[in-house]
Amino acid sequence: MQESIKNRKMEWEESVLNKVLQKFPERRETFTTGSDKPVERLYLPEEETKGDYLEKIGFPGEYPYTRGVQPTMYRGRLWTMRQYAGFGTAEESNERYKYLLDQGQTGLSIAFDLPTQIGYDSDDPVSMGEVGKVGVAIDSLKDMEILFSGIPLDKVSTSMTINAPAAVLLAMYIAVAEKQGVTRDKIRGTIQNDILKEYIARGTYIFPPAPSMRLINNIFEFCSKEVPKWNTISISGYHIREAGSTAVQEIAFTIADGIEYVRNAIKTGLDVDQFAGRLSFFFNAHNDLFEEVAKYRAARRIWARIMKEKFSARKEKSMMMRFHTQTAGSTLTAQQPDNNVIRVTIQTLAAVLGGTQSLHTNSKDEALALPTEDSVRVALRTQQIVAHESGAANTVDPLAGSYFIEQMTDEIEKEALEYIEKIEKMGGMVRAIEAGYVQKEIQDSAYRYQKAVEKGERIVVGVNKFTVEEAEPKGLLKVDPALREVQIKKIKEIKESRDGSSVESSLTALKKGAADESVNLMPLILDAVHAYATLGEITHVLREEFGEYRESIVL
Amino acid sequence: MERKTRIEIAKPGLDGHDRGAKYIARALKDAGYEVIYTGIRQTPESIVATAIQEDVDFVGLSLLSGAHNELFPRVVELLKAEGADDIIVFGGGVIPEEDVESLTKKGIQAIFRPGTPISAVIDFIESKKKTTAA
Repeated sequence: MQESIKNRKMEWEESVLNKVLQKFPERRETFTTGSDKPVERLYLPEEETKGDYLEKIGFPGEYPYTRGVQPTMYRGRLWTMRQYAGFGTAEESNERYKYLLDQGQTGLSIAFDLPTQIGYDSDDPVSMGEVGKVGVAIDSLKDMEILFSGIPLDKVSTSMTINAPAAVLLAMYIAVAEKQGVTRDKIRGTIQNDILKEYIARGTYIFPPAPSMRLINNIFEFCSKEVPKWNTISISGYHIREAGSTAVQEIAFTIADGIEYVRNAIKTGLDVDQFAGRLSFFFNAHNDLFEEVAKYRAARRIWARIMKEKFSARKEKSMMMRFHTQTAGSTLTAQQPDNNVIRVTIQTLAAVLGGTQSLHTNSKDEALALPTEDSVRVALRTQQIVAHESGAANTVDPLAGSYFIEQMTDEIEKEALEYIEKIEKMGGMVRAIEAGYVQKEIQDSAYRYQKAVEKGERIVVGVNKFTVEEAEPKGLLKVDPALREVQIKKIKEIKESRDGSSVESSLTALKKGAADESVNLMPLILDAVHAYATLGEITHVLREEFGEYRESIVL
Repeated sequence: MERKTRIEIAKPGLDGHDRGAKYIARALKDAGYEVIYTGIRQTPESIVATAIQEDVDFVGLSLLSGAHNELFPRVVELLKAEGADDIIVFGGGVIPEEDVESLTKKGIQAIFRPGTPISAVIDFIESKKKTTAA
């Protein structure tokens, strides 16, 4: 091995690796292949060919983190296997969570129904047909207490896919933990809290950009002091990709969103190192294995450099891009659904070879309905097989140094940076969204892709080639349409049993706070939640004060 | 000049999955139809109001949240109540096969499930167009 690399390796071992090994020993003393050949922690080039290995690729757990955010990666600890789940009532979802934890899942991921995600109670007329459908219905703290009953919140980490009303659901989670005797500095988890991609691709926005960004800053500030182990945002490319973007667009737009959040938080007076270590990301895993691996590696490098160079971050944590991954829902086919298990396996490998921190694997029946318990188990087993049988977790960043992967990483980085620069020139992401630019770019990609499928230029097995006549599988999961009535009854009971005057006073205080931009709304929302004000009531107060966002339609 | 067939593509309910709806809207436009796309989170009432105001021949509903059994038939009912039941309603999205029959009975004239080529939608429109034009 060349001197410069050898010397740097020794430095890395001393300054980065050994510290981690002392605190977190690896899973095994030695790692071997299936036929007992030893596997090393890290493989390095014999020599510098172009002279930029150290600068561009470097060592895992070290700037610019191309090879991963931890020095031992999965030799130390496997990624968190986190299945996104939730449907029906809090009682039903609570049962599913306990089942998943029993099956070896290591973290929870809460799916909320659409009314909850948009801040409507189950009894609101617009909630008709939607209650409990794509996730669990949460109307008040009462539902949240049931949702986590018997699950110790000091033991699990919980990810919540909630954006526009993230402050309210986080407040409810804190309240439940405290009722369990777990203080807020002990709870671990993530709220998605990424409103920009809601405007771009996902659609569960409530308020216009300015007050939405304020709520996000309030959460950053509150958590940096009170809930230090909480990931305050999960900046998401997942939905951008699902909407039809390319891999380059996925990371470019996600990072451009990230830049906007960081800039905004700094503008309100927060120090970059006070909050940036709690930023996390969320990406998609598609079928094109090598492109996906290159994408994750490029994204880490871009983010590290932006945080260091543009925002002058000093802490290592602030430069590390930690991310969750979910396999690509849009690649699942309703035809021959068993084939989806294979797609998910490839996507799982992509995420793992790309160095994800946690992973959700989709179930094979998701193009048809919500997944059944059986198909969720197969999805979880897919991760466990990759983790324990494939060997992919036994060495760090196994594809590094492949001519193909390194060149692809460079190209994706370059093209993503061009997009990021263009958006910066437009005045940042909020402007680019208002102009419809980002939406249009994604739609054009989606349209091109679909046309290629229609013409047979792209093959989707079982859809436009290798098709069969088949009957739809039996036993799909059905959500009981009577569920809305159950929730409406619960709301009625809550409203009768709670102390009306403390609800009223907490909501009045919230309204006053909302009108004054200098107020942090988190404590006020916590008060309202404790008084059993419903999600709809709390959001209503904010809607009145902040107004509502209207989509700019781009075709 | 012959009047172009007018089609409203609408997203009832609360889900934001508009990739399919936007694809259909754009592909139908490319095929020469006049397309009105509503955007997401429309109520059945607002969809029907648009249909009447824009004098459309077809309403295409797209929904991926599972609320189709409640919301699709509601659109048909409201059109009828407005005396606009000559407007043909079709739908698409993540819709289990077992729901198709009851939706058809309630007046949704075609359901296009995942993987349907655009040509199938165009064939449907052309076949219905002839009967309405006569």
